[in-house]
Amino acid sequence: MDTSKKGQQKYAEMVKKASPNSPVFGDCIKAFVSGGIICTIGQLLLDFYIGMELSEKNAAAWVSITLVGLSALLTALGIYEKLGKFCGAGTIVPITGFANSVVSPAIEFKKEGMVFGMAAKMFVVAGPVIVYGTLTSMLVGFVYYFVK
Amino acid sequence: MKRIGKQTVRLSEGVTILSAASTVGPKEAEGPLGKYFDQKTEDSFFGEKSWELAESKFVEKNMRLAVQKANLKSEDIDYILCGDLLNQCTGSTFGIKNLDIPFFGLFGACSTMGESMSLGAMLIDGGFANHVLTGASSHFCAAEKQFRFPLPLGTQRPPTSTWTVTGDGAVVLARKGDGPKIVEITTGKIVDMGVADVNNMGAAMAPAAAALLKAHFEDTGRTPQDYDAIATGDLGTIGRELVVELLGKEGYLLDNRYTDCGIEIFDAEKQDTHAGGSGCACSAVTFCAYFYPKLLSGKIEKMLFIPTGALMSTTSSQQGQSIPGIAHGLVIEGCRKGAEEC
Repeated sequence: MDTSKKGQQKYAEMVKKASPNSPVFGDCIKAFVSGGIICTIGQLLLDFYIGMELSEKNAAAWVSITLVGLSALLTALGIYEKLGKFCGAGTIVPITGFANSVVSPAIEFKKEGMVFGMAAKMFVVAGPVIVYGTLTSMLVGFVYYFVK
Repeated sequence: MKRIGKQTVRLSEGVTILSAASTVGPKEAEGPLGKYFDQKTEDSFFGEKSWELAESKFVEKNMRLAVQKANLKSEDIDYILCGDLLNQCTGSTFGIKNLDIPFFGLFGACSTMGESMSLGAMLIDGGFANHVLTGASSHFCAAEKQFRFPLPLGTQRPPTSTWTVTGDGAVVLARKGDGPKIVEITTGKIVDMGVADVNNMGAAMAPAAAALLKAHFEDTGRTPQDYDAIATGDLGTIGRELVVELLGKEGYLLDNRYTDCGIEIFDAEKQDTHAGGSGCACSAVTFCAYFYPKLLSGKIEKMLFIPTGALMSTTSSQQGQSIPGIAHGLVIEGCRKGAEEC
């Protein structure tokens, strides 16, 4: 087997030819529609809570609470993983995906104990989102402060 | 000297595979080989509290069954050789700790069945043992938890990904007795062609399988057409295609007598397993349930069995290292059709 750089490049071309690509177009459509549906549910919830005479700020918080709660419930019931398989980014990007990413390791690592298992591993997936989300918002804040 | 080439040895008398046992999870039981497996569970937890303990239970139940099928008792076994994918091979060790048999733990990633059968046969041929129990296991859920994401996470799998087989396959090797015989062993070298995509293991391992096949044919002077069946471990559809292409360039034609256990074990379309099955158990249970009976009945007279492995860890791949592949080859001769003894 020719493991030189050239041999590896040749093999990489063979692999590329033999490996089917993900159906990106279909996945985008599914993500667009399913993500849209989740956002529409969010909007309906917002209207509902405002109708309950909550302030817009409080109603928005309640929308998040409801969606996160629902997502956690669906994750625990094993339904969210099936949705995620079909919807892809449509169920990952909204706040429901964030909830799923926290609850799923919590369930999976509970066997290793409540402290070093569930609590410690709870943010293995969501951790980077929090870290880089915070960092990005700081950067944007700086730029906004000086550019305004 | 039993060595017949750079990588191949010929055993002086041939080591008998006295029995083969397979225990699998529900998805494997629903697959095309479902009817061939000895024991099937309806629940991936197998009545245990964790995926890891479940894997160990697959190991224990199946190892005991292999011994029982050989009409032996555990005290008749001189060594156990086995391994799995979990960190520090706990799937195996927790499974066999109560069997009270001298143990060598092995890690060859998904090639472990080939490694354990090779070393077991060498132990017997070397005169160090009469009976050796060898096997390998994996568990889809435990492997996902260790190598990918927690199961309840809603993610999509790329079309090149494979599905880890849940189960354990084990054989009892013996100095004497009736049954198919391991006659030659070709030990693989590590081959790294720079594939770093953990979702395309078939492509990462295919060069190692192709290199092993080439070495085997050069050492023995044979061609693929000298075998009734050639089966690699868990390359899946993409890996198989690459092996055929790589070997073609070397002048060897692999026709439809060459298959991959990862292709046989699942119905990729119906069971949504994408490129096929993988994991230590893939080649182990497919050999024990599907190929062994064919060797026993004489349907297959000579086979080349090549479990394949990807020698990576989560740490190595997160550090950007490519995936080194390995393959272990065994020539197994089946019983002759109609022969009273085998």
